[in-house]
Amino acid sequence: MSKKFTKDHEWISLDGEIATVGITDYAQAQLGDVVFVEVPEAGRQVSKGDDAAVVESVKAASEVYAPVSGEVVEGNGALEGNPALVNEDADESGWFFKMKLADAGELDGLMDEAAYAAYVKELD
Amino acid sequence: MNAPTDILKTTPLHALHVKLGAKMVPFAGYDMPVQYPLGVMKEHVQTREKAGLFDVSHMGQAKLTAHDGDAAVLFEALVPGGITTLREGRMRYTQLTNEQGGILDDLMATRFGDTLWLVVNAACKDDDFAHIAAKLEGRATLDIEQRALLALQGPLAETVLSALIPAAKDLVFMQAVWSDWQGDAVLISRCGYTGEDGYEISIAEDKAVALAEALLAHDDVEPIGLGARDSLRLEAGLCLYGHDIDTDTTSAEADLIWSVPKRRRDAADFPGADVVNAQLSNGMAKQRVGILPEGRAPAREGTEIQSVTGETIGTVTSGGFGPTLGGPLAMGYVPPAYAAADTEIQLIVRGKAMPARIAAMPFVPQNYKKG
Repeated sequence: MSKKFTKDHEWISLDGEIATVGITDYAQAQLGDVVFVEVPEAGRQVSKGDDAAVVESVKAASEVYAPVSGEVVEGNGALEGNPALVNEDADESGWFFKMKLADAGELDGLMDEAAYAAYVKELD
Repeated sequence: MNAPTDILKTTPLHALHVKLGAKMVPFAGYDMPVQYPLGVMKEHVQTREKAGLFDVSHMGQAKLTAHDGDAAVLFEALVPGGITTLREGRMRYTQLTNEQGGILDDLMATRFGDTLWLVVNAACKDDDFAHIAAKLEGRATLDIEQRALLALQGPLAETVLSALIPAAKDLVFMQAVWSDWQGDAVLISRCGYTGEDGYEISIAEDKAVALAEALLAHDDVEPIGLGARDSLRLEAGLCLYGHDIDTDTTSAEADLIWSVPKRRRDAADFPGADVVNAQLSNGMAKQRVGILPEGRAPAREGTEIQSVTGETIGTVTSGGFGPTLGGPLAMGYVPPAYAAADTEIQLIVRGKAMPARIAAMPFVPQNYKKG
């Protein structure tokens, strides 16, 4: 499926049962140089809106929220050694975690690509 | 803190920052650049390796003149630093203190004849100037100078600035001189707050953009925002007023006693001298230290500091990531029993105890041009 987006600038992309979550290119540009990322461990249960990961730039720390509820199946280990991957490739290899959804219907409440683009345009 | 933009003050360089693509944020009542398109990390490295231009026009500048005799004699009664001993064109870092020894602000004072040129922090300037004027009422005049202030910092600062103002190359660290640029008087001081060699240049407000553009025209100069200014001063182990020092910390607790000469301690003739001397003789409850987290996670301001046995011993007052250091760093206050370099401590970050150790400052060697 195509990506869905939250107002907090996470993206989520479902492939079969497993969804991948990251932050948007807009979000990484706002954060600036990412120097530290903490991703959740496999097996952690998260509810929609929970703090799921942490991303820190030189100046500040930000939370990454779970876009929907479910169980984390994998954190992106590559970000520990190379947090700058979030700046370089937020949409693809800079993903934060993968999760098994509790209710795929929750995705319907998120923005599609066009709606997110319009949302970001209003923020600028 | 997040005052609406329409009531924020601006510096004479505001339009230039916007033109250069800066991200502007409220800081000390001013709309200031936090970073330019280069980004905090590259701006930091640029300053360490080449030269960076900072707008510090929000800081307060003032000239103190005694009605009779030497302004340094009067001003010395308000600060613990050695001011009367300043030679012509030399400057010192000191603090305005209250009767409890608490720090009202930190500042630079430069001697020109019997007058002092003062540069104070933006957030404190109105209070500072009112305090100085009140304390010295009837004995001195404090003229607030509405001038722009640029800082050019980095190992190439001398080469770049001397091409425009030749007098720059004759100065050593903490020395200043009035010179001129395109017919206007400029005060150039070899100092700064990055740990690098460099200058601050005080110039008429209507000439500031032209000078900034002339400096930025050099291939080795980039504009630098407040984000990198903070990571640079943190690596240099320098205090940020309102965070690392305030009215609840004394010059002794803040590890600034190097700026208090023995003569002043012996005479005990500055505000709060008794408190500071008692702390130096009998010990103090807390002192400022450098902290190196062992992992990669930065510990931000407000982070709890614990002993390795889990006792709360202090708080981080500044913390982040050091681009030159290549890892997280912090400063904070702990009791002297924990203040020795390499003492193991832990930092409570998002509820988890992270191992860290006390570290000597500066975290990155200073690169000043000493005489």
